[in-house]
Amino acid sequence: MRYTLLFHYQEATTEELGPELLAEGQRAMTSYAATLHAAGVLIGGEVLHTSELSTTVRVADGATRVQDGPFADTKEQLGGTIVIDVPDLDAAIEWARQAPQAQWGTVEVRPVATYLVDGVWS
Amino acid sequence: MELTEQARAAADRAARASYGKLVALLAAPDGDLARAEDALAGAFEEALRRWPVTGVPANPEGWLLTVARNRRRDGWKSAAARTAAPLDEAGAAVDPFADHDPYGIGDKRLELLFVCAHPAIDESARTPLMLQTVLGFEAAEIARAYAVPAATMAQRLVRAKRRIKQARIPFAVPDRRVMPERLPPVLEAVYGCAAIAWRGDIGEAQYLAVTLAALLGDEAEAWGLAALTTFVLARHRSSFVPLDQQDPSDWDAALVDEGEAYLRRARPAGPPGRFQLEAAVQAVHCDRRRTGATDWPALHTLYAALLAVAPSLGARVAAATVTGRIAGPEAGLAALPSGAELFQPYWAARADLLARVGRDASAAYRKAAELTDDPEVAAYLRGRAGGEPTA
Repeated sequence: MRYTLLFHYQEATTEELGPELLAEGQRAMTSYAATLHAAGVLIGGEVLHTSELSTTVRVADGATRVQDGPFADTKEQLGGTIVIDVPDLDAAIEWARQAPQAQWGTVEVRPVATYLVDGVWS
Repeated sequence: MELTEQARAAADRAARASYGKLVALLAAPDGDLARAEDALAGAFEEALRRWPVTGVPANPEGWLLTVARNRRRDGWKSAAARTAAPLDEAGAAVDPFADHDPYGIGDKRLELLFVCAHPAIDESARTPLMLQTVLGFEAAEIARAYAVPAATMAQRLVRAKRRIKQARIPFAVPDRRVMPERLPPVLEAVYGCAAIAWRGDIGEAQYLAVTLAALLGDEAEAWGLAALTTFVLARHRSSFVPLDQQDPSDWDAALVDEGEAYLRRARPAGPPGRFQLEAAVQAVHCDRRRTGATDWPALHTLYAALLAVAPSLGARVAAATVTGRIAGPEAGLAALPSGAELFQPYWAARADLLARVGRDASAAYRKAAELTDDPEVAAYLRGRAGGEPTA
């Protein structure tokens, strides 16, 4: 069964983090991805740019509305996702616990309802 | 007629002894508690229809499991089930019950306990869920015990079951590593079951606590809870008599011994936890059977430890009562916690202490009577309010 791990944490620019923290974070993520891959549970993952680069698109009454944002009031923002395939919630929680992001933010574990295989919803 | 009664009695026995076990076995393959319960209810109905004619089978549990399993399988293969959800090829090809021997039913209750008290389940739903799926209480009874509308409780239970199924909370006993964080909510929920069943069938909750402790092996707090519920069961009577007026020769001596044995099995690595201390308090009370007197200083020490580990309102009120016995009722009154004025035991303790000082306790007794939802306790307290001499 698939679960998406959603990483929420306080956004910081590269400058705010500084080179050392940045390198340490990258090392942690590389090692985490390698562990997930070696365990055969990794489906895919993404680390997102900060939400100031976000653009929202909506079609209302046939008109496309493109806007910058959104800028939520909460401090923690969605910063990335990883999709894993494991037997049950406890296994997913265990992987979430090991995510580096759990150290500096919150990891939301969400079961996947359906997903695409070769362009078709499973 | 005779056969019908036999059938009903056998079905009752099976329901009491095995309800949670059967639900756990039926739900474990796909985590669907709601369907497992429906299938089991159907099997009980069928038993009541067929057993009066065919006689009670040699293994009623196995019979019920087989019938419920067939119902579950019919449902799971039906067109409705296949079109209601995307067909999982792998799942459809494997019969989840194929290698299940209905005559060798293992006890899956422990797994079910950990499912019900999983951290992903809302805290307020854990004990109700256990009461329903493990002990077989009706949603309406649970709602009454929690003083919430039946629809609210039903909704809470449905939501929890959906979560178990769709988020795939596993039917498994967690491993040692996560046990320290997973066990406390399970103990809390079993304690909740015992507290709710206190005046009714506490035997079920005690059985649950003892099963849990035995299966976990060396969890001190689990043995503490097993001891606590066993002591309470030993003193359990169908009608209400205040503790200090109970005749120790009415208590179940075998159960007191059993409780003491469980408490000895609890060998904590560190300082004793809340349930061990509460069990020790009960052990002191039960020891009146042997010594003829209550060891108030021992209780005082235990409550001091309990207040350090788990400072609940109930423990503070009980500690004040003990202070009242050791240092006099005035000291007891002074030790009563403030901010507990809506808490029934506060008024019961206050009334008792006032009466012991020789002050007018009738208003406090009436307040305590108003706040209890137990009619027998209320009648007793109203009797005291009426100016009956104190013991």
